[in-house]
Formats: sequence, structure tokens, C-alpha cells
Amino acid sequence: MTTPSYAAIDAPLQAPSAAFDTAGRSMSGAATVPHPLQLSGLHKRYGAHEVLRGVSLTARKGDVLSIIGSSGSGKSTLLRCINLLEHPTEGEIRVGGEPLRLRRDARGDLECADRKQLQRVRSRLAMVFQNFNLWSHMTVLENIVEAPIHVLGMRKAAAIKAAEAYLQKVGLYERRHYHPAHLSGGQQQRAAIARALAVEPEVLLFDEPTSALDPELVGEVLRVMQSLAQEGRTMIVVTHEMGFARCVSNHAIFLHRGLVEEEGDPAQVLSEPRSERLRQFISGSLK
Amino acid sequence: MNWDVIAEHWQLFARGVGISLALTAGTAVLGLLLSVPLAFARNAERRLLSAPVAAFTFVIRGTPALVQLYLIYYGLSQFEAVRGSVLWPWLSNAGVCALLAFTLNTTAYTTEIFHGALKSLPRGELEAAMSFGMSRWTLVRRILTPSMLRRALPQYANEIIMLLHMSSLAGLVTLIDITGAARYVNAEFYLAFEPFITAGALYLVITLLLVRLFAAAERRWLVHLRPRTP
Repeated sequence: MTTPSYAAIDAPLQAPSAAFDTAGRSMSGAATVPHPLQLSGLHKRYGAHEVLRGVSLTARKGDVLSIIGSSGSGKSTLLRCINLLEHPTEGEIRVGGEPLRLRRDARGDLECADRKQLQRVRSRLAMVFQNFNLWSHMTVLENIVEAPIHVLGMRKAAAIKAAEAYLQKVGLYERRHYHPAHLSGGQQQRAAIARALAVEPEVLLFDEPTSALDPELVGEVLRVMQSLAQEGRTMIVVTHEMGFARCVSNHAIFLHRGLVEEEGDPAQVLSEPRSERLRQFISGSLK
Repeated sequence: MNWDVIAEHWQLFARGVGISLALTAGTAVLGLLLSVPLAFARNAERRLLSAPVAAFTFVIRGTPALVQLYLIYYGLSQFEAVRGSVLWPWLSNAGVCALLAFTLNTTAYTTEIFHGALKSLPRGELEAAMSFGMSRWTLVRRILTPSMLRRALPQYANEIIMLLHMSSLAGLVTLIDITGAARYVNAEFYLAFEPFITAGALYLVITLLLVRLFAAAERRWLVHLRPRTP
């Protein structure tokens, strides 16, 4: 089993710029640029079981955040709270500076209070799922143009033209008329990535994108993700791939039992972890 | 065996084919139009929506089509209120009553078929659609309905073929469809084998055409379910 190798990057992605403070206000007093994504104090409870116990994170423009942790640490739940596929119990979600309007539902969780706003905000995000979740009755091309045409209101010809460019980028142009069931796992995931790119999102969300793939197919997907990172796209990646976290992301967050145990520059955090649990996790003993 | 009688009455059987086809087609179209929204109602989380539909399908699927037909054609006319109402010209018409009874029947079965297909849609595909910001209506129109209809296609083909055969009950309420024509010859000439074999053969031919039609539909719309060619 070969570990995927990354194309040599001359310089690692720069650490988050110090020209802006945590709220996105410029230190120099220039005009405010809101961060693409900001989560504050996210809690999630399933009955008596607390999955998230107060997680905050900020994604600046061009950040590639990797979220790592053992199963049950709350990584996927955290990601799914961002676009409200899960309803958090507490917390605030800001996309591009705009806070999501929420209200209490019957179970005590926070649900969307403004459906139109949620749809609008969701159309500025895009998610790549562990199980691909391509629409099985449509071809690859139809999958990619679906959201641009029916959510963003693009014209069909323009959407197809853009989709073909994204297909070239992920290397699936020849298979654009295939159905997902007739593609390999790696091809399906690359199609899902092209589908996410086609809506030109502000933030790309990846929920364990390579966990359902055979080891040989993991590499091709990670290479696509690496090229996206190098383009400067803002990405949040929940992953088990330590190599990706170390080489491609510019900020690593280690989640343990619903809290951020440690975070920082991946090169440092992953080779010289300060916390004991992170050391155990990396060495493989904490599953 | 006396086939001459059948040959002499070919026009009767031809008209019978016309009526059977019209009844089947009309019922199928109406049933389809009603079943799609009812399937969504049946699948709704709110019991206010799903319970009435469930009750409807339970009652209709729990009683024979012939009983339903008799209740509508003969049973309703028993009531003064019905005979005097503005609907009477319609409800006294055998064709309308047959159409009504068969439509109710096929709607109930088709609603349950579509409901099953809707429930079997992978939740992940639904989440992906929501994560892109699709509105509820777009979701229903672009993802749920196409997927539901495709999944239901093989079962639905069965239902339409059974609808064709159910339409033979129309012969029992004065309509001269294929079975009605056979019953007429049977009653007038005391022949049983010849007219009913003829009726059977006619239904067989129509069924063959329906099977071919649905096979073509499956080739077109179920491409995504074919196995991967190595």
C-alpha cells in the first residue's frame, strides 16, 4: 500500500495573516472584510450524549483547515452543523459575516428560522460527502450542472460550458455522460468535487472525502484537493489522512470528545503535539 | 367449434377493444396524476397529511375491485339524494362509474408503490440536494419525483397490466368492452369457449404491447441501474 505523494510545494501555505484580528476587523483600520466562515460556541447534544461541547473556529480566505480526531469526537457533526444538515443545540454560525437566523425547534435544538436565508447561504457553500451522494439517476454532467441551473439560475449553455471546464480539471471529461453507478469510487468522488466547484462556493466543506475509497484511489482524490488548495480556495476538510493534513492544510484542529484539544500549524501540531491525547492519536493508539 | 359467430361479430369485439383501451388509458392517466402528490402526502412527517392517505389506500386495497364497482354503480343509485343531485347524469353513466371505481382502485395501489419508491431513496442524495441550497419545490421536482418514478417503474408496469385486466369488470356493469363482447356472444349463442378464448387472445396481445412499451421505457430511464460493464 503506497501512501499518496504530494507534488513538491516550494513553500508551505502561509500561516493566517496577522493583518486581521479574530473578528475580521483590519488591524490597520482599513475596510472590514468578513471571514468566509466563523463558528462560535457550537454545542450539539443527542439526548444525554453531548457530541460537541463548545467548539469555535474561524476560516479566513484561502485557509485550508483540516479537522482530525478519533471516531465520535464530533468532527463530522461539526462540519454538518455549518450548513445546518445537523441542528446544533447552541452556537452561532456566520457565513461571509452573515449570521444564520436560528430558532428553537420542538426538540430544543436550533433550527433554521429563515428558510430563504438558509437556501441562500447554502448556495454559497458546497459539501463533498464521504459517500459521494451523487444523484444516481443523472449523468456526471447533469449532476454538475444541476445546482448552477436550478439553484443559481444559470443558463443551461453557460452551465454546461463551465461544467466541462471543471470536468477537465478533475480529469473526468471523457466520462461526463456516464452514470455514477458506472464509475469507480475515485471517479465518483472527483465528480462530486466538480459538482461542488461548479457552484463557485466561498467555502468548500469536505466530510472525510477519502474514507470510503480503496487506498489506490485515495491518491487521485487527494491530488485534486491539493490543486484546489494551491489555487487559494477556502476549504474545511474532516479527514483521517495525516499526510494531507500535514502537507496541504495550513491549520490543523484536533477534536477530542467534542472540544478542540489542540490546534495550530500542521507541521508543528502533527510532529510535536503538546497534548497527550493527540500524541496517542497520531501514534495510532487512540482510535 | 363455431368460429363463424366470432367472425360475424368482429365489429363488436373491435369496439370492445376500443372501450377497454380507452378505459385503461383514462384510468391510468388519472391514477398517475393523483398518485404522485398522494405519494408525497403519504410520506409526509405530519400525520395530518399521511394518515388520511393511509386510510384511503387501506380501505381500497382491502376490498375487491368488483365490490367497489358495484357500490359505485348500483349502490349509489339506491339513494334518493344521489338520484336527485346535480351529479346524477354522471353517476348514472356506466362508463363514468367504471372510470371512477377503477381510478380509485389504481390510485390506491399506485400511491403505495410510489410511496415505497420514495422511501427507498438514499438519504445521502437528499442531503446533497439540501446542502446545495435547493428549495423544497426544486427538490421535489428535480430529485425526488424523477428518482421515485424510475424506481417504481417495474412495479408500475405490473400495476398497469393488472389495470388492463381489472377493466374486464366493466363488462359486468353493462359496458361492452372485450369481456362484455364475449359475454354477449356467450349469452346470445350459448357458446362459451370461442368468445372467451377470443377475449383472452385480445387481452394477451394488448398485454404484449404494454410489456414492450415498458421494456422500452426501462431501457431509456433505468440506464443508471444497469450493471457496470467490466
